[in-house]
Amino acid sequence: MLNYLAYAVAAWVFLWGLYGIVTSKNLVHQVVCLAILQTSTYVLLLAIGFKIGGTAPIFADIPVGTPVVDPLVQALMLTDVVVEATVAALLLSMVVKANEVAGTVDPEELRILMG
Amino acid sequence: MRLLQCVVLLLVAITAPGVVLSRDPKCQVVTLSFYGLICALMFFIFQAPDVALSQITIGAVMLPLMILLTLTKMRRQNLRREQEKKRR
Amino acid sequence: MSSRQRTTLFLIAVAGLAPLFAWGFRNLPPMGDYRGPYGYAVTQVAVYERHATDVVNAINYDYRGFDTLGEEFILFASILGVLLLFRPSGDDHKGKKQAQVEDALPVSDTLRVGMQAMAGTMVIFGLYIAAHGQLTPGGGFQGGVILATVPLVVYLSGDVKTFEAIVSNPLTKLAECGGAGGYAIIGALAMLGGAHFLTNFLPLGQTGDLFSSGTIAVISVTVGVEVTGGFLVLMRSYLREIIEERLQGEE
Repeated sequence: MLNYLAYAVAAWVFLWGLYGIVTSKNLVHQVVCLAILQTSTYVLLLAIGFKIGGTAPIFADIPVGTPVVDPLVQALMLTDVVVEATVAALLLSMVVKANEVAGTVDPEELRILMG
Repeated sequence: MRLLQCVVLLLVAITAPGVVLSRDPKCQVVTLSFYGLICALMFFIFQAPDVALSQITIGAVMLPLMILLTLTKMRRQNLRREQEKKRR
Repeated sequence: MSSRQRTTLFLIAVAGLAPLFAWGFRNLPPMGDYRGPYGYAVTQVAVYERHATDVVNAINYDYRGFDTLGEEFILFASILGVLLLFRPSGDDHKGKKQAQVEDALPVSDTLRVGMQAMAGTMVIFGLYIAAHGQLTPGGGFQGGVILATVPLVVYLSGDVKTFEAIVSNPLTKLAECGGAGGYAIIGALAMLGGAHFLTNFLPLGQTGDLFSSGTIAVISVTVGVEVTGGFLVLMRSYLREIIEERLQGEE
């Protein structure tokens, strides 16, 4: 049962992020909830690549044959972290523009203003 | 080792709703930074040091910084809009 | 649709989505039972083939270097998007001071001294992390972001003018574009010798040395340069109006 805890945590964080986006009253809060949603994929990728008794895949001080965790999944996670930061940067600049044009950052009021 | 992993996974599961439920962006900046640190701890315990370094720098520093800069810019825009309204 | 209706609809959706997650995860191996063949294959050969001890960075910049090229261009494109969205519009109110921006923040002595000490240390640390990407955890991206937070530390130590001078330096734009283009150029240089794009064509050196693993080290430094420049340009685009106001106020 504890073996599947990581998958349950990934689904739990994903659903909470989705809840935050759906019930948000502030666009900046929505962007942060999107970032939380993206972190659920980190948990899932970590759980897939983990090996019990494995150590970090850095062979600077250990011999080459020792069991390590999967390095490919960590490379995917690195790309994921970068993409999270860039998506958040672009979305936040769009939020600033929305505030400049419409005068508010409440998603409900934005819809009304668009007509 | 298993106990440590379960504990840090539960920490992540508890902190994520904490970030979502802080509705005010100014409060959310602090909780997001803390959540980034907890995630980096999780990466470290799961033997992923590269990703932990990335997450510390991006999730605990850069992302809250960008949110704070956004809030600053929006506050200036609102100030300017109110000054315009007062002039008319 | 009111907020209460939306929440109810969302809860109904979760009632359907959560079982879908459980059903989707049912055939995954339990955590810790790693079966995948690619991980075993790469960890056996990466150190011998590429003379790089950090297998994650060897995968990032060599085995899957094309994906990292795409990732760097995602970073470049999004910063370009932010710059476009924040470009100076015609009705920037010139000459109107909205808020008083001071030359030096009134910070406590502890913060000032601590941040001043940290700034130099962080520059060295960031350069170390970026340069040793092929040997130890870290690499270009992580070192670049550490370097990009140094102006913040300078700002926190109370010195606003230096922060603005660092962030407004035209070298940051050159660094960002040079880094992004440099990655593609390094890949294209491999093609000059008849090899495929992004082949590791530089001499591989001795495992454990600083100048080892061929293009991995060079690409790592290039990525670090791009990330530093990119985040500094991003910071400047957010603070552009404030900086320009101060410069006008001084004239």
